[in-house]
Amino acid sequence: MLELKGVSRHFGGVRAVDGLDLEVRAGEIVGLIGPNGSGKSTTVNLITGLFPPSSGSIRFLGNDLATLPTHKRLQSGIARTFQNIRLFGQLTVWQNLWVAQNSPEDRARRGFFSRWLGGQSGVREEIGKLLEFSGLAGREDELAANLAFGEQRRLELARALATRPKLLLLDEPAAGMNAEEIAALDERIRLLRARGITVLLIEHHMELVMAVTDRVVVLNFGQKIAEGPPAAIQADPVVRKAYLGGEA
Amino acid sequence: MDFYFGLAQLIGVHTLLGLSAYIVLLTGQVSLAQAGFFAIGAYCAGMLTVLAGWPIVPALGASALAGAVTACAVGFPALRVKGLMLVIATLAFGEGVRLFFFNFDYQIAKGDIKVGPLGGEGFRQIRYFPEHGWSTLEVMLFVWAFVAASMALLWWFDRSRYGAALRAVGEDELAAQSVGLNLTAVKVSAMTVGGAIAGIGGGLYAHYTTHIEHSSFNILVATFAIAYPIVGGLRNVFGTLAAVVFVQAFLVEGLRDLGDWRNLLFGALIVLAMNLRPQGFLGRRRRA
Repeated sequence: MLELKGVSRHFGGVRAVDGLDLEVRAGEIVGLIGPNGSGKSTTVNLITGLFPPSSGSIRFLGNDLATLPTHKRLQSGIARTFQNIRLFGQLTVWQNLWVAQNSPEDRARRGFFSRWLGGQSGVREEIGKLLEFSGLAGREDELAANLAFGEQRRLELARALATRPKLLLLDEPAAGMNAEEIAALDERIRLLRARGITVLLIEHHMELVMAVTDRVVVLNFGQKIAEGPPAAIQADPVVRKAYLGGEA
Repeated sequence: MDFYFGLAQLIGVHTLLGLSAYIVLLTGQVSLAQAGFFAIGAYCAGMLTVLAGWPIVPALGASALAGAVTACAVGFPALRVKGLMLVIATLAFGEGVRLFFFNFDYQIAKGDIKVGPLGGEGFRQIRYFPEHGWSTLEVMLFVWAFVAASMALLWWFDRSRYGAALRAVGEDELAAQSVGLNLTAVKVSAMTVGGAIAGIGGGLYAHYTTHIEHSSFNILVATFAIAYPIVGGLRNVFGTLAAVVFVQAFLVEGLRDLGDWRNLLFGALIVLAMNLRPQGFLGRRRRA
């Protein structure tokens, strides 16, 4: 589904990502882990097109993404959340979800004017489902800025889902969450898989990564140092030295 | 009574100017170009009724179009600059327009007098309303019909997904792109709609004052345009209207008796208003 080949990104002399090969197959949940500064977020930003790779190619569903601007990539079925939550704080919960409905399906279903200037009636049911999924039902008229932290994380995930993604990039979704919230997140990620959404999970919280992923890729200094099923990664001496051991 | 009708005309035209900046400001762009679009609309409509003999309504339509086309053209380069750089770039555009009209002569003989723009002397005798026997009240109602229509349009935008997209881009461009919004389309369309509204405002202004010149479109006008939605708050279009009434009816006219003290108080009251309502008159305060 997603294929990175020999992707590098240099910032001045710093090789944030260095010759990375990464494949995510349809239906998988892949974990991307590594110490701080190992190039995880840079990888997400390269996939979503915030900046171009210095070299290498990124393909999604067989198409080269190189020439596509960010909004087109995200319309083509990639969605993301941000490490530090980036909601539209002065919009309501409802509007945050409404404004994200830019998928090809949404564009095919309604005409240009009805999509942009029409009322909310045609989308009520679908946004209702998203609110339900993220536990925000009844909060739709609240300004996003007024939500509690955990609710904001859930709204950001719901907003990403409103774009009807095929591939979802979650950038440290558990950061700042307590154990209870992480358990709920774990459950929600499993529900995504049941819906057929492929997930690339960037996370520091190892328990979550070990619990939900099918495969883990480990980065260090922008390079892939290991790849495999979570149990094997946890036992890998190279990984333990670079990352896991340092944490224990 | 005519004084109040005249004041209402002025408030109406300034509301259009403020609304043109309001929609652009929603996308996070602080534009000082609105006085330029206003000037283009004013000269365009004036020349069409005076020199080409057009009726007022199609002339205003042409003003809207001229404002929209210019604003669209300004919108694309404006995408590349942000914040203070955008302020300076749009200011340069507005001053460029003003200087163009300062040097713009296009006069033709009509009867025994020559009419049309004449550089620094300005463009006199835009006499469509008096020639057609419109009373001050009728002109005022005519102006307010356009104000009401523009407010209704922007009110509708605000309640639509398009309005949510404008505000989303204004808040966080990166997040907006990441939900599939096209920044170029959103920002340039807002600029274009703003240009059309400013163009109509300019056309109306030229006709009720009957005399325009380059200095009617200076940086003070551009500053007022952007100040109205900021002072009024971006919650909805009525904030802009409230700010125009506050500034034009209360600060400018209401304090006229104070003479020189007025200008001092003018600034002080705006600072006071912004301190009491930092989110604008009708802005929504974030709960902490």
